[in-house]
Amino acid sequence: MSNVPTDLRYARSHEWVREQADGTVEVGISDHAQHALGDLVFVEVPVVGRALQAGEACAVVESVKAASDVYSPAAGTVIAVNEALAKAPELINQDPYGAGWIMRLKLSGPLAAAELLGAETYAAVAEAG
Amino acid sequence: MLAAIGAPDLEALFEEIPAELRVRSLAGVPEGLNEQQVMELMYARARQDGRPLNFIGAGAYEHHIPAAVWAIVARGEFYSAYTPYQAEASQGTLQTIYEYQSMITALTGLQVANASLYDGATAVAEACLMAVRANRKSSAARVLIPRTVHPNYRAVAQAATGGQGLKLEELAYLRASGQTAADALAAYEGQDVTALVIQQPNFFGVLEEVDALTDWAHARGALVIAVVNPVSLAVLKPPGSWGQRGADIVVGDGQPLGCPLSSGGPYFGFMATRMDYVRQMPGRIVGRTVDLDGRPGFTLTLQAREQHIRRGKATSNICTNQGLLMIAGTIYCAMMGAAGLERVAQACMARTAELVGALSRLPGVRSAFGTARFHEAVLLLDRPVAPLLEALAAHGIEGGFDLGHHYPELGQALLVCATEARSAADVAAYAQRLSELLKEARVA
Repeated sequence: MSNVPTDLRYARSHEWVREQADGTVEVGISDHAQHALGDLVFVEVPVVGRALQAGEACAVVESVKAASDVYSPAAGTVIAVNEALAKAPELINQDPYGAGWIMRLKLSGPLAAAELLGAETYAAVAEAG
Repeated sequence: MLAAIGAPDLEALFEEIPAELRVRSLAGVPEGLNEQQVMELMYARARQDGRPLNFIGAGAYEHHIPAAVWAIVARGEFYSAYTPYQAEASQGTLQTIYEYQSMITALTGLQVANASLYDGATAVAEACLMAVRANRKSSAARVLIPRTVHPNYRAVAQAATGGQGLKLEELAYLRASGQTAADALAAYEGQDVTALVIQQPNFFGVLEEVDALTDWAHARGALVIAVVNPVSLAVLKPPGSWGQRGADIVVGDGQPLGCPLSSGGPYFGFMATRMDYVRQMPGRIVGRTVDLDGRPGFTLTLQAREQHIRRGKATSNICTNQGLLMIAGTIYCAMMGAAGLERVAQACMARTAELVGALSRLPGVRSAFGTARFHEAVLLLDRPVAPLLEALAAHGIEGGFDLGHHYPELGQALLVCATEARSAADVAAYAQRLSELLKEARVA
């Protein structure tokens, strides 16, 4: 059973979103996703300043068996990326909701407008595979 | 067979291909031939090649190939066109590929090479696509490709990348030197350029100012794609040392390394890059590793972005390479060694210098560019090129490549090449015959 923190919102494509005090959001991939991928060996993060549509492929997480796209859970502009992942992609395996964050976005609209799931619904989606 | 897979007819089998992508008519495709008919056709075609005294280069070069090369390549252990599917069961093949990759990195001066590609032209196309993936600071998908790059490479790159939204923009060359014009680059000052392609030696055989071109590109955030002849690397500066930082991606056609001309193919393509960009490089890569007991072995590595895993988003969807030709190249290099390859390159340069000297002494013939060259040169004639080439061919001499079609602005221009496979007597025979033909025409 994977860990699904209740204070976050989730995309069906397995990204999580954390609202920050300043209105920006932090994005990563869920514990379920990192577990399904296995040991990550490489993470390709987006360029700071890039404008993203909701659902746009913006990062790549690569394990020894697959390279998978990460999709932006909401529309916005990339204001920061987790540079530590370049040297330590395993941070996503070890701490997917903390040190393994991928990027921060300045949203172009209210978060409520994004089609995101609560923890309980996402847990059911992830469980169903 | 249709019954076995549960398809009522052939149409049903192809149903999932969208209608707009299907070719409705097979007009122009001839009926099938049996084995005997195919053999007869191929022998007839092969006889047309004959054994002319060949002075054509233009991307495919006649070199002496030691007899041992193809005797080894034809061994059953090697005799397959493909990198193996049960790769790790074929340790000998993997080790050969690993040795090949090591040779390509040594020749190009870059850090990592793949297990080879289809040919030189598609390698250029792959390099353009790769540069757009790798240069994340650029969003223009704009690749500058000088007109001094092989015209077929440019055409193939355009065909293979245009549908993916790449903008390939051509750069003019200087009529005086045959080199890419600095003025052509100046037009891009302050614009978003993703990559610059540089062919060295270029299609005219001329040496480009690779250091200045490389530094220009890097200073503007563009990657540098080097297109090189592997034999020339034995005497020229390796692309990894061009300018301050070196080229970022190096590609070329491996044919000069042990592959016969054989009516135009098959040949193989090669590609090398910096370690920084290894994940954006298409094709397979063999790595050296150790097994559970610590014994050395070879394995396919970095496969996560190949098409059997990443499907439509793979780094390449050209499904094949030319494994057997790559092995021929590896064995050729191993037999020649660094010193042998250097002697070949020097002999080519010397023979071409003799050829250009002998031909340009004839009235009505002059060398187009005074620039330093490798083993090809452009000659300007005082009369149409095609009839002269036909007359030479009637005497068993293939006198060169007529540049009129691709470079009409040069006038009556002929691209000639002499490798180490041509002797001093061959050069003299060509000069003698051309001299006679030019005189006959003058009398007539």
